[in-house]
Parts: sequence; structure tokens; C-alpha cells
Amino acid sequence: MIVRILGEGQFQVPDEVAAKLTALDSELDAAVHKADDAAFHAALGQAVGLVRESGTTVPADTFVTADYILPFSDATIDEVRKLLADGTLGGDSIGLP
Amino acid sequence: MPPGAALSGMKGTAASMSVMKRVSLIFRAKANKALDRMEDPRETLDYSYQQQVEMLTRVRRGVADVATSRKRVELQMNSLQKEVDRRDSQARDALSKGREDLARAALQNKAGLQGQLNDLQGQYANLQEQEEKLTLASQRLQSRVDAFRTRKETIKATYTAAEAQTRINEAFSGISEEMGDIGLAIQRAEDKTAQMQARAGAIDELLASGALEDHVGGQQDAIQAELDKLGATNSIEAELAQMKGEIAAGAPRQIEANSNNGDSNGSEATRAAEQPQAGDGS
Repeated sequence: MIVRILGEGQFQVPDEVAAKLTALDSELDAAVHKADDAAFHAALGQAVGLVRESGTTVPADTFVTADYILPFSDATIDEVRKLLADGTLGGDSIGLP
Repeated sequence: MPPGAALSGMKGTAASMSVMKRVSLIFRAKANKALDRMEDPRETLDYSYQQQVEMLTRVRRGVADVATSRKRVELQMNSLQKEVDRRDSQARDALSKGREDLARAALQNKAGLQGQLNDLQGQYANLQEQEEKLTLASQRLQSRVDAFRTRKETIKATYTAAEAQTRINEAFSGISEEMGDIGLAIQRAEDKTAQMQARAGAIDELLASGALEDHVGGQQDAIQAELDKLGATNSIEAELAQMKGEIAAGAPRQIEANSNNGDSNGSEATRAAEQPQAGDGS
């Protein structure tokens, strides 16, 4: 599975890690919903650590889209909310064509 | 997946979906939407490449901006450190002159300044981190853009139209995600830099106006003024004492000076001064 950490690029992670990430993703989602900062940072930190440790960097000439995209490792709940808000990323400022 | 499928799929289930999956779908939807607008596959590749080159310029400018901001904070930290040191020596000076009240005021000022300094140090570390991350992102994008350029030419030269469309979609979506990522990273760095600039501007003004002391402690150079006054008082006292001493010893000397007009013999003059002669002085 391909996972991107925002600001750090794409990683290829093994399947067993993907399962753990899925579990952490639910925790992350719940933390965002409950505005639970501690739980949010714990889940995000674990997920980021897992991907960094077990993943291998996707080569520059491999053009694929990620199955999962993790927020910036030091993101806040507010930032994630903004990222998820009505399916946009804030328009032109992110530079997508 | 046809273009736009990710977006419509996401809209139906967004509420129940996870964070990481949703973010990936948002990125994909953006890319698909852009693909939908393109009619000619070649146009897609060239347009995307042009965007990538612009993005590279942006990220490099971003790195430079963060570095400038970081250096400015560095200078401010030095200035604040000097102010902190100055308060410290003021406190010692005051204490040595027996003015505990002044020493306390100086230390209060010092604590306020130290707080500002600690705050700046935190901001500095943050900017350093942003700079490092953005530098890495810039290098990553550069490699990607180089690879994309090669891919673009290969696709144009080798593939049939039908194959090309699939390859183009892959390459375009892949690079779009990278661009979206880096765009966000730049935006973030810019936000943090702007916040820092605002703070830096305020502190620069305070340092320049000399109002930092008042701002922090409320009564700065009252302290220095008082210490200076103490210093001046001490030196006046010392001068007075010296004068008194001179006068005590100097009254006979005055007489001696009058009595020895034209006398070039020093030892005689001394004797004369010690034994005033009759008729002299009145």
C-alpha cells in the first residue's frame, strides 16, 4: 500500500502495517470528531512513526497516487479539519492545476 | 476509476470515512477534476509540467523567506540577550551599592526580557525545522519534476493515443498529489513565517525605540538613572573628601606661597611654610 505523509512524500508500506494504520485511522477520526488533542497527537504520532519505520520511499520516477494520506506530522486538529472541510484544500494556494 | 469518481464516491461516505482515506480521496478528486478539463492529452502533460516548474520556484522562494525570517530572529535573540545581561549587571551594581530595591527592579526587568527571549528561542527552533522540511520538499519535487519531464517525452514519443491517456492520467495524478503536498507545505511555512515576521517587527520596534524596558518592566531606565545618580553621588562625596583634605593641609601652603614670592629655593620655602614669619599674612 502507498501512504503519503504530508511534507515527507510517499512510502510503500507492507500489508500488515496497512492493517495497523487502518486501526489508527479510526482513532484519528474519532479524536478529530471529539476534538481530543491528546488522542489526536498520539494516533498521528504512532501512524507517522509506523510509516517512517516500515515504509520504503517511493522512487521519484514512480507516479502513483497514495491510498492513505497522513497529515503533517505536527498538524493540529484545526488544520486537519480545514483539510477535510467540504472536500477542498483551500483552492489555488495549494498549487493544484 | 473514471475521472470524478473519487469525488462523488467521497461525498456519499465522507462522514463515516477515516481521515487518511478522505485526504487521499480529496487529492485524487482534485487531480481528476483537472483532468476532466483537459481535452488534448499532450496539453495535459505540458500544462502540468509548467505548473511544476512554477511550483519549484515557489518552494525555493519559500525556503529563502523562512531563512531570512530565521536570521532576523537570530539577531533579535542577540539583542535581547544583551539587554538581559545589562539588567543582570545593573542588579549586581545596585546590590554592591546597598540598593536592594533597585537590584530587585532590575531583576524583574530581566525576568520579563528573559521570557521574551525564551519565547523567541522556541520560535527560532520552529523556523529552523520548517526550513529543513521545506528544503527537503524542494529537493524531492526537483527529482519528481525531472522524472516527469522524461516521462512526458517518452509518452509523447512512444505510446498510441489510447495507451497515452492511461499513462498520462497516472503521471498527472501522481505528480498532482506531490504538488498538492508541497503546496500545503509552502502555505504552512508562509503562515508561520508571516506570524514570526509580525512578532519580529514588533520586537524590532521596541528594541529600536528603547521602549522595551518600559514595556517589560515599567520602570527601566529609572534604574539606570538611579544607579548613575548613586555613582555620581559617590564621586561627588569622594571629591568633597579630597577637597576637605586639601584645604586642611592647604591653608598654610597658601601663606607660604605668598611669603616666598621670587624665592627659588625650595627647601627654604618649605621651612618658611612650616614656620610662618612675623609680619607675614596680615
